[in-house]
Amino acid sequence: MPGKTISEKILSRASGRDARAGDLVICEVDCAMGTDGSVPMAIDYFEQMGGTGVFDPSRIVFVMDHYAPRPLSEASELQARMRRFAARHDIPIYDVGEGICHQLMVETGRTRPGALLVGADSHSVTGGALNAFATGIGSSDLAATMICGRIWLKVPPTIKIVLAGRAGPGVFPKDVALALAGMLGADGAAYQALEFDGPGAADFEVEDRLVLSNMSVEMGAKAGIFRADRKTAAYLRRADETGVAGLGNSLRTAHDLATAPVEADADAEYSREITLDLSRLTPRIAWPHAVDNVVEVTDAIGTPIQMVFIGTCTGGRVRDFHQALTVLRAAQRPGPLRLRSSGSGVASVEYGVSPERSPIAPGVHLVITPASRNVEAELRRDGTLDAFAAMGATITPPGCGPCCGTAGPIPADGVNVISTANRNFKARMGTATASIYLASPAACAAAAVTGRITDPRDPAETPR
Amino acid sequence: MRIDLEGAARLLGDDVNTDYIIASSRKKETLDTNVLKQYLLESVDPAFAGTVRPGDLLVAGRNFGCGSAMEVAVTVVLAAGIRAVLARSFARTYYRNAINNGLVPIECDTSTIREGTRLRAVLDDSGVRVIDEAERREITGRPLPPIMIEILREGGLVPYFRMHHDFRRST
Repeated sequence: MPGKTISEKILSRASGRDARAGDLVICEVDCAMGTDGSVPMAIDYFEQMGGTGVFDPSRIVFVMDHYAPRPLSEASELQARMRRFAARHDIPIYDVGEGICHQLMVETGRTRPGALLVGADSHSVTGGALNAFATGIGSSDLAATMICGRIWLKVPPTIKIVLAGRAGPGVFPKDVALALAGMLGADGAAYQALEFDGPGAADFEVEDRLVLSNMSVEMGAKAGIFRADRKTAAYLRRADETGVAGLGNSLRTAHDLATAPVEADADAEYSREITLDLSRLTPRIAWPHAVDNVVEVTDAIGTPIQMVFIGTCTGGRVRDFHQALTVLRAAQRPGPLRLRSSGSGVASVEYGVSPERSPIAPGVHLVITPASRNVEAELRRDGTLDAFAAMGATITPPGCGPCCGTAGPIPADGVNVISTANRNFKARMGTATASIYLASPAACAAAAVTGRITDPRDPAETPR
Repeated sequence: MRIDLEGAARLLGDDVNTDYIIASSRKKETLDTNVLKQYLLESVDPAFAGTVRPGDLLVAGRNFGCGSAMEVAVTVVLAAGIRAVLARSFARTYYRNAINNGLVPIECDTSTIREGTRLRAVLDDSGVRVIDEAERREITGRPLPPIMIEILREGGLVPYFRMHHDFRRST
């Protein structure tokens, strides 16, 4: 028998069988997560299934992130129902404003190497960055898992993605993810797992790896997994401190269940192997209205932009905001900039900022949404949030709202948005006639400076 | 078990994501699919919902139901009276959600099917097949694994769980 991939090993452990690609297995779940986007329906299924209790409340977590802040009384009612269910079954809950579920799953220490995690939200694949098999499910599967603690899964074949070389200036993990989406297509990894490996993967910080795991589902992948290393261990130590400060009591049991890091065997079988040389990679843009509609930034330069959104479970972490701020600050320095030479400055006046000081182009609305309260607190401590505020950016509470049009700033008709998010489907942000371009935080910030899509590597456009 | 459905083909393209089936922003107002069904596939064609007849069959290209895992994208299709979706391929979360709600997902070559044509979709012990009555041809679908057939036979995951209270280890 050949060796096993990371997915085969985790699903073997979770099912108690010798699980191989293609097998259908019934697995014990280490943690199940649901949001206000999925739990209200899951409660209906739970009741219809005849559910009376949950299998283990310490291995379930609820997050209210889709309607944060609550946009309508109807959404408030859905959340109230979720809160009552959580209280009745002793399920830990992160309420509105605590953050996006996928960020909370990693930063509170619930995502452990070797664990099987299911989340009723497609971007649950984010947890793969910490060597977990983490996958998205619907509300009915969440209801069944809450009752019995189990789920059936088809063991996926694995595509190995070898990241070689080191990315040059202006090229970020988001560009790697978009390049892969362009290569593989929106269904190129359907029913399969991705395993990220190679020196480039080892070089990436955990926050970088989270971007790639998160975007795996945009290629149809069931999971996007990295191996665990010293960076993973350091991240988890910090996560444990955060987690304990948050909802500590129920975490310990989940931790005790956690398994050891899992590595693929040297003779594991892969359905496909793709090597990507990061040193040759260029910044990318996903053109509306598909995530795999990817072009080089040089083919998109000059496209007018009216709204810039930095946030989400893909691009709303501390590192992302620092990268964006670096670009904006560079544009503030005196130099050959003609950023303020035109325009009335009306947009800046609107946001209460002196036009001379803000590097944001007139008529551009910059929206900043930290992925969690912890991210927000760190950005406040180090002055990043104040800097964005002084530039006239709108800073919203942590949550999913702007990304999926459920709460927060909705673009006007015909607006072009550049965003650090993961999806650019038509009407995704709540307006059918808006166009969404996906890019790295640096490329988004560069567009905020010039009011058009800009190459973040080009010093003439955005001095660094 | 035998599932035998007949209806008119309603053609859709590749990569129809769940936001296109029903926009995330719509479901903050209500989860009532009898209300939401009037917005079915509005991003693809605002007139679509108005022309759907109960019994119609959705016929799509590759990667149907990609994007968000939201299950209302399945229940809204059922609320419109559609009992099966034929597609070249499905996103995995949509496929699971379909089975769990008794919406029959049929993975088959849909490239020759024309808009409005009468189709029969049959699932039985001999497999999955689609009969295109206009073209007088039969398209073979991908067989379903036993656990999915069991769940479909019960009518979805709710009746399955009411019966078994757990996943049966028969696979």
